[in-house]
Amino acid sequence: MVYEKRFDGRDFDETRPMQAKAGVIKRAVGSGWFKIGKTEAIAAVYGPRDLFPRFLQDPEKGYLRVNYNMMPFSSGSDRVRPGPSRRSKEISAVAERALRPVVDLSEFPNAVVDVFIELPQADAGTRCAGICAASIALADAGIPMRDMVAAIAVGRVEDKLVVDLNYEEDSHEDGVDIPIAMLHNSKEVALLQMDGVISPEMFKEAVEKTKGIIDKVFEVQKQALKERFNVKQDTKQDDAKQE
Amino acid sequence: MYAELKNNIIKLLGEGKRLDGRAPLDYRDIKVEYDATENANGSARVKIGDTEVLAGIKMEVMKPYPDAPDVGSLMVNVELYPMSSPEFESGPPSIDAIELARVTDRCIRESKMLDVKKLCIEPKEKAWMVVIDVCTINEGGNLFDAIPLAALAALKNCRLPAYDGEMIDYHTKTDEKLPLVRNPVSVTVYKYGDNFMLDPTYEEERVYDARLTVGVLEDGNLCSLQKGGDHSVKIDDLFKMIDLAREKADQLRKHLE
Repeated sequence: MVYEKRFDGRDFDETRPMQAKAGVIKRAVGSGWFKIGKTEAIAAVYGPRDLFPRFLQDPEKGYLRVNYNMMPFSSGSDRVRPGPSRRSKEISAVAERALRPVVDLSEFPNAVVDVFIELPQADAGTRCAGICAASIALADAGIPMRDMVAAIAVGRVEDKLVVDLNYEEDSHEDGVDIPIAMLHNSKEVALLQMDGVISPEMFKEAVEKTKGIIDKVFEVQKQALKERFNVKQDTKQDDAKQE
Repeated sequence: MYAELKNNIIKLLGEGKRLDGRAPLDYRDIKVEYDATENANGSARVKIGDTEVLAGIKMEVMKPYPDAPDVGSLMVNVELYPMSSPEFESGPPSIDAIELARVTDRCIRESKMLDVKKLCIEPKEKAWMVVIDVCTINEGGNLFDAIPLAALAALKNCRLPAYDGEMIDYHTKTDEKLPLVRNPVSVTVYKYGDNFMLDPTYEEERVYDARLTVGVLEDGNLCSLQKGGDHSVKIDDLFKMIDLAREKADQLRKHLE
């Protein structure tokens, strides 16, 4: 089958519109908000603080703990029953692994840095949006970081490689969903999952394409942090400086 | 633990003042935003000062209970997310979450604002169930007013999804509103020593002696009550607290129009 035009009319390598903000929850040490299309994620960081249960404590470094949760009314279909599910526990674990490579918690032995990700509204790509929000929140909290983590889903619908699948594409019967999180500077992969059948060639092409998209996501995250800290420099000057 | 804070608050209240400069019976700015999230059948975001909560409704179809075969039903749930306060923890609902949900439920249910008979689709077989979830975003104090207000606003915002007798089509919204026939609000009055206060911040909320949540109907009648706090309250003070709640009810209700 030939996928000629995307359900929502986007180009095949075009993401949905992205928006981000830092510092959206006053009680938290740091927080971030990330919206891509209709999918919306909020993340809050608490800590470093005492870690319980105690057996998780590491005298060498702090522990990063991520909890992902969908609000009960966030789904496009039935109500999501509150409390952890197998799905939310797995996503919490993979999001945790996606963020661990960039945080340096060596200054906080025995402590925990908690990241809570909540989804008020879901339309596919929630784990990626959650990781983007969490990365903003960690930076906002001033947790030492080596890099930012940005994430996006790529995949296949029928014969086409597509970027940032929406719910219709994600649930398409002949489709593949590949959520990828990358470290922005190094482009190392911090999260990778896939479901569906794809040729190795197309998979490689998808990963290569992701790099450019990650840069776009990062720009949105960076802008949010700049606005938070009132950095007036515009992006062009900043890029010129780097060159 | 907070003895000094409490002494300060009471001392200031004696002079008609508060830590943030408000008068004892002043609310912070209240904002109610409708249609706050697209996938819910009705939703509202309520901000009272720094406090922010998000309420969403999912309509479900259920089999009516055998003892009430021709009425629909209501469920209220409150999620105190650890995202919104360092004091909230993950895990099963805390007693605070349960009390907030039950107080909100009681105000809605006992005011009879929902004409539950009109929620019946087919007696003994099918009826609508209104499921309201209120989630905290930032806990800045006075969830006892913010959460019921958000739930009431979401009810007013709700439109039934399309239903063909078998399946709910959540992607298709109809124009049909919920059968709302009364207009209650929930107001909570706090007591510190001999002083009364409204809309405490989370700091003030740590040290109150007693609180009274009052469901007030548009005609001034009461529809629900809940006393909280570890101190007992004189009957005279109780009446004063109810009067205060009734006086403030219209101020909250105007945010629901």
